[in-house]
Amino acid sequence: MKQTLGEKLFDACNTIMLILVCLVMLYPVLFVFGRSVMTDLDRAAHPFAIWPTAWDISGYKYVFSSGSYIVNAYAITILRTIAGTFCNMLFTAALAFVLSNRDYPLRGAFTMLIAFTMWFGGGLIPMFLLVKSLGLYNHFAVLILPGLISAWNMLILRNFFMQIPQGVIESAKMDGASELVIFLRIILPLSTAALATISLFYAVGHWNSWFDAMIYVNDRDLWPVQVFLREIIHNTNLNDMIRSDAVVEVNPPAQSVIMATIVVTTLPILCVYPFLQRYFVKGITVGSIKG
Amino acid sequence: MNTIAAPSRKRSIGTARRKAATWIWKYRYLHALALPCMLYFLIFKYLPMYGIVIAFKDYKGMGGFEGIVHSDWAGMKNFNLFFHSIYFWRLLRNTLVLSLYLLIFAFPAPIILALLINEARGRWFKKVVQSISYMPHFLSWVVCAGLVLQLLTPTGGPVNALMELMGKEPVAFTSDPAYFRLILVVTNIWKEVGWGTIIYLAAMASIDPELYEAAAMDGARKWQKMFYITLPGIKEIVAIMLILGMGDILDGHFEQVFNLYSPAVYDVADNFDTYVYRQGLVEAKFAYSSAVGLFKSAVALALVVLANRAAKRLGSDGLW
Repeated sequence: MKQTLGEKLFDACNTIMLILVCLVMLYPVLFVFGRSVMTDLDRAAHPFAIWPTAWDISGYKYVFSSGSYIVNAYAITILRTIAGTFCNMLFTAALAFVLSNRDYPLRGAFTMLIAFTMWFGGGLIPMFLLVKSLGLYNHFAVLILPGLISAWNMLILRNFFMQIPQGVIESAKMDGASELVIFLRIILPLSTAALATISLFYAVGHWNSWFDAMIYVNDRDLWPVQVFLREIIHNTNLNDMIRSDAVVEVNPPAQSVIMATIVVTTLPILCVYPFLQRYFVKGITVGSIKG
Repeated sequence: MNTIAAPSRKRSIGTARRKAATWIWKYRYLHALALPCMLYFLIFKYLPMYGIVIAFKDYKGMGGFEGIVHSDWAGMKNFNLFFHSIYFWRLLRNTLVLSLYLLIFAFPAPIILALLINEARGRWFKKVVQSISYMPHFLSWVVCAGLVLQLLTPTGGPVNALMELMGKEPVAFTSDPAYFRLILVVTNIWKEVGWGTIIYLAAMASIDPELYEAAAMDGARKWQKMFYITLPGIKEIVAIMLILGMGDILDGHFEQVFNLYSPAVYDVADNFDTYVYRQGLVEAKFAYSSAVGLFKSAVALALVVLANRAAKRLGSDGLW
């Protein structure tokens, strides 16, 4: 079908607008990435530039210097992401399986109890006092235990499980399979895509999480990168990042360090998100269908 | 668990007991799987809910969680203190104003972007635009605040450089109360607009393509199809999202505000969530800040229930 002039104009405007949207999305990130390797002089001379005229990687050298906490913080972030996501999935999948059993007598009561926690909670202070009383304060487990099961993720996974044809489960039961066997041998292998989706929800959550570590941990050796980034952005005190007994010869420009820290924190997630997003989209669209 | 559940053949056990035992035994695997998970909810969700009583107590700041039980009752003292302070109206005003701004500006943004993406030519172009617009959603507010502060700084930030080019004085945006809400709205849109399109694009994809074909036969223009087919096609999901959004009107957007604000802008930025944090964890007024938090979450719960009921009336499944 031939396009009229008006329609061509419509398409052109639409394309231009979308390209503008993309530029607005990308500019802040490219800005900080590019300027993390600039000198202070370069930054002052070219306020809009995202490409350095002279390279200066002193910010990165400082961030990765021997006395810096960042390497340790990175290890904490990676550890909490892997161990945390594993524990999340173990318990979330188990509970989702139990609640996907239509004939389990406690199903309704448990679902109600869990769903209620999505809309009402004890709040910051009772939770903080509880963490202290449980001895979790300044303990690595505090980054995992309080958020062990997300009610929302669990219900999404339960909905996935419930879409598995009952016939498959019934015939396994006929053959004498116990619920445990059904869970491990039938449900889990049939829902790898769903499990991947929910794991990614948890993993990105762990990677980006900072508030729990900020309030429950004051031992800098247990801080994840996000907390250091927050600290350095808001205090602009470069020494926050370096162990007190470390020797640093020359301090680089503060802006270089801040930007380098942002890049170091952000780069991994920017590298993987394009491959993860379709799982996320699937999780959202399925999650909006209530079971 | 299994030892308790083992069915006993002793005659002395009554039928009710035996029934309970067989019931436990029959579902033993499910019980065993559910037990640790429900323990988690009991300890980390329901115990803190019990801890809310601290709001009605005279907690002295020592003794951890058990101290809540042992401290004396204070009645409504903490609540009265809050309702009569200048903070109550300030926090309520800031929360509601921000929510209102977000409703007016941030709520329609993903609908408009979804319409644009839906009309985009070329599958590849569409995919790239979507991927790029989702990107900020995957960054934490700590990172986003870092980006924003770098862009807005009066010393060498591009926004101020642009203002200078236009012959205006530099502005310390993030510490200027006149601009703070604008910054919150713009950064909120930047971070979540792309992600927000997902639900609308899914709704648009489910519109019957025959409608578009029939309209084309009748000579409808592109923008006419957009206004008379696409928009009415997503009308219901828009209404439901709007109503459910009303339930979140007391949400303080803690992560965003907390990472962007500073004492200079408390007057326009402070809300229930940030105030609870500062009073509770910075100044250790545990009982008082819990009262503030409880007031907020009780009203918020009521709003969610109302919003859900309204959404159901519109024919949505609602949230529960």
